[in-house]
Amino acid sequence: MSNRTLSFWLFLTPVLLGLGIVVVVPFVYGLVYSFTDWNGLRAETFIGWQNYIRLFQEEEFMQAVWFTTKFAFVVVILLNLFGLGLALIVTRNLKSSNLLRTVFFMPNLIGGLILGFIWQFIFISVFGDIGNITGIEGFNGWLSTANTGFWGIVILTCWQMAGYIMIIYIAYLENIPKDLIEAAKIDGASPIQRFKNITFPLVAPAFTISMFLTLSMSFKIYDQNLSLTNGGPADQTQMVAMDIVNTAFSDNDMAYAQAKAVIFFLIVSVVALTQVYYNKKREVEM
Amino acid sequence: MKKNNEKRNLVSIEVFGLLLGLIWIAPFYLMIVNAFKTKRDIFTGVLGFPEEWITGNFVEAFIDLEFLKSLFNSVLITGLSVAVIIVFSSMAGYALARNKSKLSGVMFFVFVAAMLIPFQSVMIPLVALFGQADMLNAGGLIFMYLGFGCSLSIFLYHGAMTGVSKSMDEAAIIDGASRFQLFWKIIFPLLKPISVTVGILNVIWIWNDYLLPSLVLSEANATIPLKMFFFFGQYTKQWHLALAGLTIAIIPVIIGYFFAQKQIIAGVSEGAVK
Repeated sequence: MSNRTLSFWLFLTPVLLGLGIVVVVPFVYGLVYSFTDWNGLRAETFIGWQNYIRLFQEEEFMQAVWFTTKFAFVVVILLNLFGLGLALIVTRNLKSSNLLRTVFFMPNLIGGLILGFIWQFIFISVFGDIGNITGIEGFNGWLSTANTGFWGIVILTCWQMAGYIMIIYIAYLENIPKDLIEAAKIDGASPIQRFKNITFPLVAPAFTISMFLTLSMSFKIYDQNLSLTNGGPADQTQMVAMDIVNTAFSDNDMAYAQAKAVIFFLIVSVVALTQVYYNKKREVEM
Repeated sequence: MKKNNEKRNLVSIEVFGLLLGLIWIAPFYLMIVNAFKTKRDIFTGVLGFPEEWITGNFVEAFIDLEFLKSLFNSVLITGLSVAVIIVFSSMAGYALARNKSKLSGVMFFVFVAAMLIPFQSVMIPLVALFGQADMLNAGGLIFMYLGFGCSLSIFLYHGAMTGVSKSMDEAAIIDGASRFQLFWKIIFPLLKPISVTVGILNVIWIWNDYLLPSLVLSEANATIPLKMFFFFGQYTKQWHLALAGLTIAIIPVIIGYFFAQKQIIAGVSEGAVK
């Protein structure tokens, strides 16, 4: 199919229009608008870097960036630990292997919004009851402080996504030749040695994939944030995505929100590209 | 001795795994059990069984959620969007894979690179643009899903095309078939496994999506997640109704998972690993 044939272009037109109108044009417009006083309908004056200067001075936004970064850091570590742990369990020769896979993966199929509401009930009512019965103060008011709210979103996210990361690790674990492990066993390698010298290097590519996935997922989280804490108390658990949505659609401060959205894009892509570059390099060296 | 040790090890891993599995489904269990309680019963305690199992919460939640209507909207939006994505992405994946020119390579790169752009970075101009064109409706939403969903789908189809021999094309063209006939009669059926994967990944995403529909659809056309948001806002502090509503909202997903479990896990695995 050459460039000149009509059919080549006919086959591509729908998706070119789709990507163009839905992603590329709004992206370019957004870049331009972020330097103006755009109010959603029209932009009257070009105001240079003002929106950007303002967002770096806004405490609430900087707080959201910091909160999101902390969150992403913790979630990436925990999710990969959980995902790998679960995968190591269900790839053993267990009777309940399939059942457990089904169970661990299930939350991942349900939307973050609904799961967040369910966990609101767990953190408020169930934790409250456990606190009353055991008399442990720490169980009460999980969603009413910034610190426990943070861990609330972490727990929800890990519970939801660990099954997904598990699936990725399973794909790699099941590709490890069985005789390799057997041979190491016969040679007297301990389980820890076997994991360190055989399993770990062979699942290393899975780290690249799942760290990339978990990192970009955790930066972009919105639904879980909205339904579990709605940013509260006092916007202290508000993440960047939610800050942008609220600035745009509650405060109607469109150009300013778009400047935040541009910064958000820069953060997400720098993180993602560094990650891919670093992991590719390390894999080659190994 | 050693064999015995290993067996005992395996048993303890199994027990540990099952315990973890119980913890994993505990939130669902607590949701369902408490959805059968009266308001007063929940107030006295959420950990035990209901004093009396009542079903009235489900009836009330079902009516208030306008569940059949929301279900219909969700099925319609998800079904049409995924169909559109599969049709147009497979065609594009095929065209890009069969054209080895520089331009084709650049276009493929643009589609893949677009995956880096987070939704929140384009959503504000997107909604403004579609608002001005009077396209903030179900049709506009389906088109938006094509725009956001085509990148990954084209990437997957493009990869799958390496397994489809070029001699197929040549034979069909010699027989006088048009490109269009050739694609739909011969190539597309060969791409069925990847179509299943593309379908599953997009269904999971679109079915559960909240933010985009919340910006595009009115409450009258709400999908399940959107309706759930309004419903939940109405019933804060009334957990018996809220939990019954959440249970109802999850049922379609559980039914789907029950019947297509193997394909779903395989599809998700393929989509992530590629």
